[in-house]
Amino acid sequence: MPDLLIELFSEEIPARMQARAREDLKSLVTNGLVDAGLTYASAGVFSTPRRLTLTIEGLTAESRPVREERKGPAATAPAAAIEGFLRSTGLRLDQLERRADKKGETLYAVVEKPGRAAPQIIAEVLEAVIRNFPWPKSMRWGAGSLKWVRPLHSILCLLTDETGSTVVPMTVEGIETTNTTEGHRFLSPGRFAVTGFDDYATKLKRAHVVLDSAEREAAIWQGAQNLAFAAGMEVVEDKGLLAEVAGLVEWPVPLMGRIAEDFLHLPPEVLQTSMKEHQKFFSVKNPKTGRIEGFVTVANTQPADHGATILKGNQKVLTARLSDARFFYDNDLRVARGGMGEWLDGLKSVTFHNKLGSQADRIARIAALAREIAPLVGADADLAEQAANLAKADLRSSMVGEFPELQGLMGMYYARAAGLPEAVALAARDHYSPLGPSDAVPTDPVSVAVALADKIDTLTGFWAIDEKPTGSKDPFALRRAALGVIRLVLGNGVRSNLTTGPFRKAADLVGAREGGFADVNELCAFLYDRLKVFLKDQGIRHDVIDACLAMPGNDDLTLLVNRATALAAFLKTEDGPNLLQGYKRANTILTQAEQKDGVEYSFGADIKFAETDEERALFKALDAAEGAITPAMTAEDFPAAMAAMAQLRTPIDAFFNAVQVNADSEIIRRNRLNLLHRIRAICSGVADLTKIEG
Amino acid sequence: MSDAIKAPRSFQEIILRLQNYWGAQGCAVLQPYDMEVGAGTFHPATTLRSLGSKPWAAAYVQPSRRPTDGRYGENPNRLQHYYQYQVIIKPSPPNLQELYLGSLREIGIDASLHDIRFVEDDWESPTLGAWGLGWEIWCDGMEVSEFTYFQQVGGHDCKPVSGELTYGLERLAMYVLGVDHVMNMPFNDPSSPIPLTYGDIFRQTEEEYSRHNFDGATTEMLFQHFKDAEAECERLLAFEPQDPKSGKRIIMAHPAYDQTIKASHLFNLLDARGVISVTERQAYIGRVRALAKKCADAFRLTEAGADA
Repeated sequence: MPDLLIELFSEEIPARMQARAREDLKSLVTNGLVDAGLTYASAGVFSTPRRLTLTIEGLTAESRPVREERKGPAATAPAAAIEGFLRSTGLRLDQLERRADKKGETLYAVVEKPGRAAPQIIAEVLEAVIRNFPWPKSMRWGAGSLKWVRPLHSILCLLTDETGSTVVPMTVEGIETTNTTEGHRFLSPGRFAVTGFDDYATKLKRAHVVLDSAEREAAIWQGAQNLAFAAGMEVVEDKGLLAEVAGLVEWPVPLMGRIAEDFLHLPPEVLQTSMKEHQKFFSVKNPKTGRIEGFVTVANTQPADHGATILKGNQKVLTARLSDARFFYDNDLRVARGGMGEWLDGLKSVTFHNKLGSQADRIARIAALAREIAPLVGADADLAEQAANLAKADLRSSMVGEFPELQGLMGMYYARAAGLPEAVALAARDHYSPLGPSDAVPTDPVSVAVALADKIDTLTGFWAIDEKPTGSKDPFALRRAALGVIRLVLGNGVRSNLTTGPFRKAADLVGAREGGFADVNELCAFLYDRLKVFLKDQGIRHDVIDACLAMPGNDDLTLLVNRATALAAFLKTEDGPNLLQGYKRANTILTQAEQKDGVEYSFGADIKFAETDEERALFKALDAAEGAITPAMTAEDFPAAMAAMAQLRTPIDAFFNAVQVNADSEIIRRNRLNLLHRIRAICSGVADLTKIEG
Repeated sequence: MSDAIKAPRSFQEIILRLQNYWGAQGCAVLQPYDMEVGAGTFHPATTLRSLGSKPWAAAYVQPSRRPTDGRYGENPNRLQHYYQYQVIIKPSPPNLQELYLGSLREIGIDASLHDIRFVEDDWESPTLGAWGLGWEIWCDGMEVSEFTYFQQVGGHDCKPVSGELTYGLERLAMYVLGVDHVMNMPFNDPSSPIPLTYGDIFRQTEEEYSRHNFDGATTEMLFQHFKDAEAECERLLAFEPQDPKSGKRIIMAHPAYDQTIKASHLFNLLDARGVISVTERQAYIGRVRALAKKCADAFRLTEAGADA
């Protein structure tokens, strides 16, 4: 069984694309080979900045022969039909088989496709994969029309078996396959030939290329830790950075440097962000001081002077970067200690959106709203307003100008520097949260108030100016804002009727300023849609939510979700679906009768007209259920209400088994309909069960 | 290349070595464009000449202006007026990376001592309606150049593709010369009879232009000039190609493109003056891009911009 080795050698592949490219190369080539009738034992895939490599072991030398049989028309069919069949099969009449069957004789085309040699198949599959490779972004170069992530220089494609190795011949856009590759760009220039995967990997390592990114990652991490350990320090773990750096080097050589004393007072996040974003350095922490005091950079070379020049250069760049950062930070601290007035003034001239005014206008709305929301979340109204007024001040700070990803966090540091209450500082940091489905939800009451106000203002604002999300377009991230509101409300058990409370207030605030009112009900419908998506992920079906949305007070999301959770749990019990059937049966009979008779049977049934034990038992059960459900609903104890409702299942089933509702006696019939009405009334006080499917 | 290359001693020596190197590689060594531009890419030798199928190879220094980067000559690295070195070759040769590394060697960056890296950088110029893929090139962690394979310019696909190299000359030279503040960098040879530093030549102008860019320039005038440049560009492109006077077919693509360059710089100045809001910003960029696209359309109809 031969082994196959493929290497696509190009100019530097972006680090972030390599992992995906490895998977794509493996699946596309192996699927292509299998589809063409080859099989293989195992496959491995590798990448460096300059190459994608696939090794396949135990490939069959040729595809299995295939026998295809197609049934054609009857031998007596009109000539046109037979000619059509011949055209479609590419055969002559004398090549067809005739087989006798019930209708006489039928024509069959039998095509024997012989097995094809692996090289032929490999060449076809590889060319197709190269031409259609799903790079996130690809490009042309020179005068050619081939697209690859960066210019593709050579293709190694080698089949190896016991007798030796042969190049699989093919050409893509003038690039001919060979058995050669290149080593490290600087350390081992020049091409060399290989005989198979083991030889390839060995020679590459000799040519200063570590083929496996996992091996490079391990070497970088180990090397970085050793350097730090020797200095009594520890490397701050960063898996994303590690993967990225491993994708930037073929021959990793970690080097450690120290951050100059002048910069150690900067917040650790500033040091980390600056070093990571700008220079892809790992941060090194001194466990004694808890501060970030050093860095590890990873060179892609084994320099003649053991890295002294490289480290000096990197240190210099870092110093320039951190000088900027320190300048920004010191400057910002001065403004913060002065009350941040400069920033707040500045926000007046920053447009948030031309129809929604400046950032300052927006902040004023959020502050007024935060005040309104404060009592709902147990926050002090003055503190919430103050926090909202200051939470976005750092947008004008120099540091956030440089590192937008530090927004909020810098606000916290600056609020502390300004001597503001800790709740205000935390609100500055946390009011953007939650940013995604997995981001933590703030819990400090002031933070919750500001975070809610921020998102509700965004939603109502863009709703008022008719910038709603459509399809895949959501340029102002309103779906995320809606999910944020949902998670903030549910995560903190906030009790509020949104349409009459915060959203109404927000719409008034936007309307007063911009003259366009948001349709609060429509906005809430959008919120419910997001809620359904959110709850679906939690395993609650959309019809369960619909059943609860139909109930009064549905704009109290916490109440709504408590009800939905209880209902979903109830429907999972054995009683649930059965009660539902009983309820639906009662409801159908009742509705038909009401339509027919033109009356509503809500007069109250009287037990004295009950004829059977089952009927009397249902009266008693309904009395008992009502007695339990009414206080449970008042206490919003949905599980208790559902449990009481579950008690109705047996009597309702028994009732329907024993009793004909539409009795001959009109008095008895009406009494029974009135009884059904009690079932409906009791159950629909808990949720609108007609919305439940099944 | 076995002989160690002597380290350059001044800013101008680095420029001269690049000129000689790229001249020797067959590039036409052009002179800077005589207008205010934000980057070397704006030179018509790059923007317009990257269009159409005619082969092209040029290298030049381009004084560039970024009004918002003014720091009154105090920042060690940031300037509102600085120099870029630009190389543009169409079609991009297969050994462009090697050629580029050769140019680094030529100015004293030895790859056996330094860590040179090609780090992903997708280039996009919203004002020129242009984009390409390539890298920023790091030397010991510092970005010293940009390397781009142009895919589209002025909304037109680049066929063939041009390879573009842009060196930030001050930053590169400071590194090579081991200087910490741009103003202290020797501009000519320090042993010259009259040694001049970068600061001797530019400190005062950085102060003057910083004040001008942030506070001096009259914004009403700039707004008006922007409108004028925009109108003139469109007007020039609206002429019939047939010139009645010479009897020739003359499309005024370059004069119109000059107006695009003007509009772009005026926008940058207005931005530095802080009178353009975030939303308006996008609209202005869109207006400049519309001009650049029209100029590209027009240039494609000329001899220099046609497909052979």
